Amino acid sequence: MNIDTIKNGIVIDHIKAGQGMRIYDFLNLGELDCVVALIKNASSSKTGKKDIIKVDRVLDIDLNVLGFIDPNITINIIKDGERVHKYHPELPEKMTNILRCNNPRCITTTEQELPHVFILTDREKDEYRCVYCESRAPALK
Amino acid sequence: MKSLISIMGLNVSEIDSLMALADDIIARPESYQDAMRRKKLGSLFFEPSTRTRLSFEAAMLELGGQVLGFSEGMSSSAAKGESVADTIKTVSCYVDIIAMRHPKEGAPLVAANNATVPVINAGDGGHNHPTQTLADLFTIHREKGRLDNLTVGVCGDLKFGRTVHSLLEAMSRYAGLRFVLISPEELKVPSYVKQHLKHNAIPYDQTESLAEALPELDILYMTRVQKERFFNEADYIRLKDSYILTPAKLENAKKDLAIMHPLPRVNEISVQIDKDPRAVYFKQVLNGKLMRMALILMLMEATK
Ligand SMILES: [Zn+2]
Repeated sequence: MNIDTIKNGIVIDHIKAGQGMRIYDFLNLGELDCVVALIKNASSSKTGKKDIIKVDRVLDIDLNVLGFIDPNITINIIKDGERVHKYHPELPEKMTNILRCNNPRCITTTEQELPHVFILTDREKDEYRCVYCESRAPALK
Repeated sequence: MKSLISIMGLNVSEIDSLMALADDIIARPESYQDAMRRKKLGSLFFEPSTRTRLSFEAAMLELGGQVLGFSEGMSSSAAKGESVADTIKTVSCYVDIIAMRHPKEGAPLVAANNATVPVINAGDGGHNHPTQTLADLFTIHREKGRLDNLTVGVCGDLKFGRTVHSLLEAMSRYAGLRFVLISPEELKVPSYVKQHLKHNAIPYDQTESLAEALPELDILYMTRVQKERFFNEADYIRLKDSYILTPAKLENAKKDLAIMHPLPRVNEISVQIDKDPRAVYFKQVLNGKLMRMALILMLMEATK
């Protein structure tokens, strides 16, 4: 299997070395049955070492949320073997059911069916706050 | 349909309109005695808070309206496991406006998202309590005739006291203010509140001495220093008397100082001060009811 040949899918590049597994887990890539590659400690001209993830499938998720894990990553969209789009994730204004509020006093702790909604309150500081209790968002697992 | 969840949900001109309306209620009470005739307030107190509940209910009754509700979560549907959303959808069928208190932070927002009538947050845990802040702002307006160009001292538990944080946040939208933050080292204002003041270019001083700060103040907002906030008994005993307002400390205060307190008080303001014309904390209670009347009118007007 040649992992360089992604036909239709994504390549997440310039992941800070060591963070690749977090993104792999966050995107639940272990569940997919298509070609998925996690490359650790690849050499990088910019940072020395980097991780790369390749997925041979178009994912039905807003990849901008990855900016919350690592703002420096590059996302490449591959179509028919060609790169058709390349971008840096831009933090979304709102994240629904991506982070979970961990404030024990928050209404989301007693009302299980409520969506966990976070709003970007400070773009420079990557700061998200819970829409209900205004607690700062926990780090992504 | 509009609801009030946090004080910052109201802009300065909306607060001005509410205060003008409350002024008019004082001037012409008879014009408002039937304003809410045949309208019902749902008073939903999932945790007890007698003062706030009585204030809302008195406000609605004084507008000629009626009140129904419950005052403790344990006896209500919540105790049977019903969600806030379902309770609110049900109650929306019976009432025209809801005042809600809940122990969980954000519960009134969930209520507002599911209600077909306006929802007023009457306190959600230690999070927001916007009608207390409205009472505070209106009291300053009544006593001083303005909300700008004042030196405002806040004293006591500035770390956990959300009442104070909301007041500072709400007042940071007015010009020419200066804050004096008076507290023991252990109970200083948290850094995010200070950042908010800096961000709005509002000058402030921090001090541990109430006696030293008093002479320059136009407003003194007292709060309770709770024993359980201290790491050890010795610190509490050492400090507690410094944050009790006594007639002796008031000797150097301005003649037109306004002394405020969100109540209930324990011992942080000596009862001897109650007779001093500068003590306005019971007027603050009355002002709270007036602002709740104005708020009910405004929200009901918006739904017409
Ligand atoms: Zn929360």
